[in-house]
Amino acid sequence: MRLKLVPEETSWDFFKLSKVTFGASMLAMVASVILFFVMGLNFGIDFRGGTTIRTSAEQSVDVGAYRDALSPLGLGDISITEVFDPTKPDQNVTQIRIEAQQGDESVAGETVNAVKSALQTVDPSVDFQEVTSVGPKVSGELIQTAVLAVVAAIFTVLVYIWLRFEWQFSVGAVAALVHDIVLTIGIFSLLQIKFDLAIIAALLTIVGYSLNDTVVVFDRVRENLRRYKKLELKDVLNLSINETLSRTVMTSVTTLLALIALIVLGGDVIRGFVFAMILGVVIGTYSSVFVASNVLLMLGVKRDWSRPDPNAAGTQFADVDA
Amino acid sequence: MLNIPLWKRIMIWGACALGLLFALPNAFYTRVEGHNDAVAKIEALGETPELVASKGAWPGWMPSSLVNLGLDLRGGAHLLAEVQVEDVYEARIDAMWPEVRDALRAERDTIGTIRRQDSALDELRVRISQPEGMQSALTAVRALARPIVSLSGVGENDIEVSADGDELIVVLSEAEKLATDERTIRQSLEIIRRRVDEVGTREPTIQRQGSDRILIQVPGLGSAEELKALIGTTAQLTFNPVVSRTGDDTVNPGARNVLLPSLDDEGVFYILERTPVVTGEDLTNAQPSFDQNGRPAVSFQFNVSGARKFGDYTAENIGSPFAIVLDEEVISAPVIQDHIPGGSGIITGNFSVEESTELAVLLRAGALPAELTFLEERTIGPELGADSIEAGKIACIVAFAAVLIFMGLSYGLFGIAANIALIVNVGLIFGLLSSIGVTLTLPGIAGIVLTIGMAVDANVLIFERIREELKAGRGPARSIELGYEKALSAIIDANITTLITAVILLVMGSGPVQGFAWTLMFGIITSVFTAIFVTRLIIVLWLERARPKTLEV
Repeated sequence: MRLKLVPEETSWDFFKLSKVTFGASMLAMVASVILFFVMGLNFGIDFRGGTTIRTSAEQSVDVGAYRDALSPLGLGDISITEVFDPTKPDQNVTQIRIEAQQGDESVAGETVNAVKSALQTVDPSVDFQEVTSVGPKVSGELIQTAVLAVVAAIFTVLVYIWLRFEWQFSVGAVAALVHDIVLTIGIFSLLQIKFDLAIIAALLTIVGYSLNDTVVVFDRVRENLRRYKKLELKDVLNLSINETLSRTVMTSVTTLLALIALIVLGGDVIRGFVFAMILGVVIGTYSSVFVASNVLLMLGVKRDWSRPDPNAAGTQFADVDA
Repeated sequence: MLNIPLWKRIMIWGACALGLLFALPNAFYTRVEGHNDAVAKIEALGETPELVASKGAWPGWMPSSLVNLGLDLRGGAHLLAEVQVEDVYEARIDAMWPEVRDALRAERDTIGTIRRQDSALDELRVRISQPEGMQSALTAVRALARPIVSLSGVGENDIEVSADGDELIVVLSEAEKLATDERTIRQSLEIIRRRVDEVGTREPTIQRQGSDRILIQVPGLGSAEELKALIGTTAQLTFNPVVSRTGDDTVNPGARNVLLPSLDDEGVFYILERTPVVTGEDLTNAQPSFDQNGRPAVSFQFNVSGARKFGDYTAENIGSPFAIVLDEEVISAPVIQDHIPGGSGIITGNFSVEESTELAVLLRAGALPAELTFLEERTIGPELGADSIEAGKIACIVAFAAVLIFMGLSYGLFGIAANIALIVNVGLIFGLLSSIGVTLTLPGIAGIVLTIGMAVDANVLIFERIREELKAGRGPARSIELGYEKALSAIIDANITTLITAVILLVMGSGPVQGFAWTLMFGIITSVFTAIFVTRLIIVLWLERARPKTLEV
């Protein structure tokens, strides 16, 4: 007996509620954009400069006392958060963030030293596990490269899918990508989770994963378009999604299994990163079915795939053999 | 598709075995690390029984490269420094003055007297008293220009000379600035490397980034502050003529002069000529020693050109004081008693023995040619790194187990084949990481865990395809064959798109993010390899042996 997450034979109509699902996606995207502009992202120091200090202490942490010790230093906006890790309940770890100091081109060692000695008067056992300072010059560049990286990834993928499929597929896939990224950013704005360089890496992985999913569905669509020449596009899409559904769910589940292991056991340092990826896998799986295919359906595709063309898309690698 | 010739089978198993062999040292991390350290030490210092013992802990014929752990996993200090390359232009231009002066003096008849003007720091302005002779002044100074030897700067000279009324202006040419920048960065890299090596930590990373940045990572160092102190001390030694001595720090030193404080006597200031007679760059050696009164001092030696300049100057200025300046502070200002030939001397001051030793080391290592500003710094404590490794390990094992069980339950025998491939896969990733020498970071570990989840995708695609073919009523062997055939285009397309994003991350990301990109990229390559070759080989082996009439996937 096999474990089956999806019934052997499905013929669900994924487009029956297409107006609702697509509408919901659009609405979520609009909401994300609004959230982004209203609440904004909680940028980490990678992107806005400043210093973070990770402390650990023997006694439990009194955030108020820390704040009182630091406020006389006049360092501007200081955020102190206690890091809570359910797998390590007895650790007393805080994350302190100090904004970039006015007029500092580079990072100031004195600021860090002042903070360190101020905290040690509160609790002599305080140990500084990690100190990171990023100057405003670098943080500006990091934002630029990050945005550029995401745009470059999307663009390259657009071209690749266009070459391998048709432009409609390409637009569909990219629509799904943009949807995933916008939604993830929206959720990060809503929950005010720290948004740093690692999250950009996560975003790009989401791009990769969501695409992986979309491409598998599209590959089947391409195949079925050749096989069922008379079938309506909507039915071909439905058939293809149903046929690949079991795989879509399997892969998402194995990936989620791994990611859940990581978010629970991987420690708090990478928790935000893993959280972004989990979001991405869930949203990406959804979007490859409900966004990419919907866009494809709206755009329509060339149905004449029968022409024997040795260079036709999808045949370049088909004779790769072991 | 199902008839795999023997040579291919040998190749496939061979590739797996090779990958796993290279991954193996990581399973015995401390032992291999001890072995590697011992080998390096024996090479440098000769054998001792303990070193031979720790060398023997790992056989010499086995591969011994380990995965390079990133700073976030082992703790240490990280600095991103920017070299202020413009600093050097000033010194270069300043050094031109004696040459320009001599060239113009030779033309005194046509241009009259000359006087250096105060100006922007990266240009040299000379006023001549007979402006009508400007043309010959220009010709004389232009004759000093040297062609630049570089790939891009063919046919260009190092200086540009122009006239502005009765003033002659010398600036560095753009090509010369570029060449100077290049030299400055290289020199800075070299000096930083020497200073970091002086501390003797293991495997520091000192890399150039972009045009004018240097990345320094030193594992095991207590803090970025320490690292800064180590490399940031300029130890700029100069010998300047003294104009006068004063107790007032607000006095205007006058054109081309500077006002510097005394190191030992508080409230004492010296007015010095800005242009030094000799600089620390001309030093060939410096050693801690003692002066005639038995106080700690530093003795030094100049190279040939430094010795000549120093000798000439002392011969011409007997009876007048000159200042020994270290990092913008006057260490001492003795009066020149006699001509000092031979280019060696001694610096005395209120040093302790430690201070004189440290100063000698700094002088030997040489001064940084330009100032560094620090754009980014990170200190990671060793416990945090150890915690991260521990957490990463546990997460890896749990993710691994979960995926293995899940695949086994879902696909039975085929699932087990996929599981073997998955184990090989992770082994191959580590093999690649250690043999190519990529640094493993915390996000890199996340990349491995993600790969564990995603690597089965190719197999899932194939298995689902085989199921469909079976449902369509085909026989076992034919179904398997078709399953592989038809799944291939989806596998390739899906993985190439992911590969594209990994490559973009690798090119545009930095530090830890690159670590993630590496593992993701290796994961994609190895997972396609294992799915297409290894799993298939296992299934074919099983098929040949069992020859099943029916098949359940």
